[in-house]
Amino acid sequence: MTGSGLFQIGLYFAVLVVLIKPLGSYMAKVYEGTPNLLTPILRPVEKLLYRIFGVHSDDEMPWRTYTASVLVFNLLGAIVVYLLQRFQQSLPLNPQGFPAVSWDSSFNTAVSFITNTNWQGYGGESTMSYLTQMMGLGVQNFLSAATAMAVLIALIRGFVRRNAQTIGNFWVDFTRSILYILLPLSIVFTVVLVSQGVVQNFKPYRTASLMQTVSYDKPVVDSQGNTVKDASGKDKTEPAVMKEQQIPFGPAASQIAIKQLGTNGGGFFNVNSAHPFENPTPLSNFLESLAILLIAAALCYTFGKMAGDTRQGWALLAAMFIILIPLLIFCYYSETIDAPYVKNLGAAVTSDGNMEGKEVRIGVANSALWATVTTAASNGSVNAMHDSFSPLGGLIPLFLMQLGEIIFGGVGSGLYGMIVFAIISVFVAGLMVGRTPEYLGKKIESFEMKMSSLVILIPAVCVLLGTAIAVIAKDGVAGIANPGPHGFSEILYAFSSCANNNGSAFAGLSANTLFYNIVLGIVMLLGRFGVIVPVLAIAGSLAGKKHVPVGSGTLPTHTPLFVVFLIGIIIIVGALTFLPSLSLGPIAEHLTAIK
Amino acid sequence: MTKKLKQNLFDWHLISTAAIESVVKLNPLYQIRKPVMFVVEIGSVLTTALFITCLFKPLGEPPAFILAVSLWLWFTVIFANFAESMAEGRGKAQAENLRSSRRDIQANLIPTPDRNAKVTVVSSSKLRKGDYVIVKAGDIIPSDGEVTEGVASVNESAITGESAPVIRESGGDRSAVTGGTMIVSDWLIIRITANPGETFIDRMISMVEGAKRQKTPNEIALDILLAGLTIIFLIATVTIVPFSFFSVKAISQGTPVSVTIVTALLVCLIPTTIGGLLSAIGIAGMDRMIQANVIAMSGRAVEAAGDVDVLLLDKTGTITLGNRQATEFIPVRGIDVKALADAAQLASLADETPEGRSIVVLAKNLYGIRERDINTLHAKFIPFSAHTRMSGVNMDGKEIRKGASDAVLEYVRNQGGVFPSDVGSIVDEIAREGATPLVVAEGKKVLGVIRLKDIVKGGIKERFAQLRRMGIKTVMITGDNPLTAAAVAADAGVDDFLAEATPEAKLKLIREHQAGGRLVAMTGDGTNDAPALAQADVAVAMNTGTQAAKEAGNMVDLDSNPTKLIEIVEIGKQLLITRGTLTTFSVANDVAKYFAILPAAFVGIYPALGVLNVMKLATPLSAILSAVIFNALIIVLLIPLALRGVKYRPLGASALLRNNLLIYGLGGVIVPFIGIKAIDMLISTLHIF
Repeated sequence: MTGSGLFQIGLYFAVLVVLIKPLGSYMAKVYEGTPNLLTPILRPVEKLLYRIFGVHSDDEMPWRTYTASVLVFNLLGAIVVYLLQRFQQSLPLNPQGFPAVSWDSSFNTAVSFITNTNWQGYGGESTMSYLTQMMGLGVQNFLSAATAMAVLIALIRGFVRRNAQTIGNFWVDFTRSILYILLPLSIVFTVVLVSQGVVQNFKPYRTASLMQTVSYDKPVVDSQGNTVKDASGKDKTEPAVMKEQQIPFGPAASQIAIKQLGTNGGGFFNVNSAHPFENPTPLSNFLESLAILLIAAALCYTFGKMAGDTRQGWALLAAMFIILIPLLIFCYYSETIDAPYVKNLGAAVTSDGNMEGKEVRIGVANSALWATVTTAASNGSVNAMHDSFSPLGGLIPLFLMQLGEIIFGGVGSGLYGMIVFAIISVFVAGLMVGRTPEYLGKKIESFEMKMSSLVILIPAVCVLLGTAIAVIAKDGVAGIANPGPHGFSEILYAFSSCANNNGSAFAGLSANTLFYNIVLGIVMLLGRFGVIVPVLAIAGSLAGKKHVPVGSGTLPTHTPLFVVFLIGIIIIVGALTFLPSLSLGPIAEHLTAIK
Repeated sequence: MTKKLKQNLFDWHLISTAAIESVVKLNPLYQIRKPVMFVVEIGSVLTTALFITCLFKPLGEPPAFILAVSLWLWFTVIFANFAESMAEGRGKAQAENLRSSRRDIQANLIPTPDRNAKVTVVSSSKLRKGDYVIVKAGDIIPSDGEVTEGVASVNESAITGESAPVIRESGGDRSAVTGGTMIVSDWLIIRITANPGETFIDRMISMVEGAKRQKTPNEIALDILLAGLTIIFLIATVTIVPFSFFSVKAISQGTPVSVTIVTALLVCLIPTTIGGLLSAIGIAGMDRMIQANVIAMSGRAVEAAGDVDVLLLDKTGTITLGNRQATEFIPVRGIDVKALADAAQLASLADETPEGRSIVVLAKNLYGIRERDINTLHAKFIPFSAHTRMSGVNMDGKEIRKGASDAVLEYVRNQGGVFPSDVGSIVDEIAREGATPLVVAEGKKVLGVIRLKDIVKGGIKERFAQLRRMGIKTVMITGDNPLTAAAVAADAGVDDFLAEATPEAKLKLIREHQAGGRLVAMTGDGTNDAPALAQADVAVAMNTGTQAAKEAGNMVDLDSNPTKLIEIVEIGKQLLITRGTLTTFSVANDVAKYFAILPAAFVGIYPALGVLNVMKLATPLSAILSAVIFNALIIVLLIPLALRGVKYRPLGASALLRNNLLIYGLGGVIVPFIGIKAIDMLISTLHIF
């Protein structure tokens, strides 16, 4: 680890912390409907939108209606994205003339983008037309982020309201998330990115001659696109020479802004933010990584503000930072140590550490930082290939996802997941002080426990059962690129990523197959809506309860002690659930290598 | 409290009965109510089946190992059953006592509540609500009822354990009688108020026996959390099988993890400690109430007691000694204080009220005025009457009177005397301090004023301070005027008071607190308390109270001691704390179990994972067995804690959490490392595996 690397990480967190309060209190004003900076400009637009779509902004919804609105809206979104892919060859803005995407890949991608996962089984520049990227994927980047933010706000209202039947109006929360928060931030960020050289155009791809020709062995494929085996059963190859390259273009900057801010992570190009057109300069790299955590972190402040006690928000934020920073340092450290397996990498090892799979211009520290925050938040964009990290360095992103994407997590979704963990912690800790537990003045009873258990259970079960099916199924094992424990890690990573709606890929695994498209698609749906529905149920149940005033016998939930307990619960539940699988993956790989 | 109800935690009869029952309870239909233990039982059956299979067809593991794991899994279930049976057993012994007093008895049924009506002898089990019976000295009261005629002394030791008889009479607050108690003198006509099977004793029996025990809301919520954890661990362990299959194939080394090991790991990971002890904790909480001579009508009430925010306490009898006492004689100008004391004593000699007695005693203590015999003085005692509002004595032509200031003023004026100017200021001064002034006059001459003061019970102030630290607000209820109430409240250290309380005012106060989200507890005995008792969240009726009060309350204090509320709250809190700490302990234990079992399970596939065997356990088989044994034994070791409850100290919530986290959280992480290592050392020294 270098001083400069640590300094850059330190600077990153310093800037992030400074931005939390202003953005957080702005968002609180937006959701509470009080006048704010942008009200004069946007309020008329907001009203117009309500009139166009026939939304009665004063109509409050009970939790069931709210949930139904979320589900129906997302279903419609999925259908649109699916159809756009299936018919892109007949639609405009397809200068490359890409054919229709296969049905299973379309399903997978549609689900992936409505669930804010942005798992990409496809390569963007070689599959999707500009129209699909913009109207399908780009739009869903906004919609899926705004959906989760609305759900979070509904949950917060559950704590704030007393003896209430309703938890707000989904259409209003949703519209405000986009109009006041995601759009303005994205516009500003897009302009900044364009200034840094991120492309933003509708031009067809350009062909350029290579300065140095590349010779390689090309696998032979038959007419169906399957690889041909030679006599010894290996893939048959033939020598090939590459003299020119295609340079892809497109409206990238606008999509990158929202993919970072909205914790979507779906890159415009296949290699995501490792691509120089997505992430050209040190400043763009800094800002893009900052954008990953920005809204998720600031929402903690919004939560405290709306709940009437900002200390509650800071406490949850503290828990997130305390879990994230040591893991980040550990990841960075693992990428720099002189382990035996690093030597095998040969030229990729520099004085900086393991450079295999990393961009030279980005370096180890910023790759580790990005890898950690992108998996802490459910972003999933990458600026280095996690598959090429050292086993322990790759363990960190994997574990952060398995914690349930609650360490910052997705915008909205991370915090509602964290609040559910706080509810569980309060339940156990509350008992230990001799009262039936209450959080923010609301009694936590069996209904809340039932729903909270589901929130924790569903993604964890999806990861483990999904991985179990994939390692047994022939189609599952077929996608593995590496043998031994690393191959296991690749599958485990894919399911951890999808079930927790992260979308980051370990690479390595060939996931654009019928099997993975379907199974991972189902896992993404369960991981998203299997959490949203119980969270909204909790919101509805809490809103209907009366408020218990704080007394000296009440367990305070803003103290360092509670934060420590919360961290303990998160780590223990996460570790106990995934230790067996992690042991057979990265841990075995690391220990076997150093033996 | 009586000795009869106290029981030793370790009674051999109890233990042997519990041991038998813990095997009977293996019935899966019974276990299915407890999700965690049900999973363990399935694991036991599964490993037993594996053992039987391996006798015919080798499975790759020594049969003795499978047998050992299987046996210890059975023990785990049995130990949990044992804990529950122990908890129930203590209640059952109590129930036996009660049942003996409920046996079928002959009842003298009469058609109308008339002493001379024709008596029909029927069995007590035939009595219905609204029937009239007559009971005479020596009879056992056949069922719960209300006295409509007569006065009698009744021995209620069958339910209270207190052998001194109590008076029961028609009308007023002492009209309720309980079936199974014995009438010692005189006779009563009783209107039956309970159908068979619904009487107070029936309810008590079913409560203490736990027969009708339903899971309380918090218990259900905890059960859900435990079930959730169980499912997570079930998936986490079951998936080890395919994972290890894949790994074995991928590196062509080792063997997949066996079902025995996966089952062992599963049972170790799921929260068996708290899952096994949960129902025992609940029953024991109820039992501790019984030990405190309080019968809770539901487990829900016991649980709610821990949550109480506001405690409404009657002043009289709870906060003060029940009666005012004389503390000072203040003469008017020109009168010797001794003369005043002497007159006051004379006026009080025949006054048997506690106030009167205290005047006699104070005069004696302060001025050495000896008590005189009222008969030798040829004095005539004038008792207090509501009409005159004075009492006193007539002797040797002297008329001495003591009473409320305005009453005495009128009396003196009628005699043609004048009211000295300083009396008014003395009286006002005393009233302002919250005490009661009693003016003494001899004939038309006012002598002075006696100060009567409420005496706050010793130690009560400390208890209220304790309650405040627990986060509970105390409110004193009194019929006194606000001035007096404020003074007593300040003396006793309560947080608030309700003066000139009427039943409506009490009810309103409770509703206000509840509307603010607070949980209210109160005690009461009279029929006029019933509405407030019904409204309160935790309502403790005194056993001496009326049937209406008992019906309205959700607990009955057999000792009829209003300060018992404090103990009740503590028991409620203790119950919750015990659940919370054992849950934490149970989950914290898993860390060590992982370090024991995971390396043992995987070392065949990836030898490098042996590094995780931080405890340096001898062999994989002994490591797994040690974890399973530890997991079973810890249940037994924690039974006393579950039955006694984790001690509650009235500290702030933060301090409590910190202490309990250190002991049960950190302790829960460390203890199994030591325990598993110790068991492993024992196993390897004995060369078992």
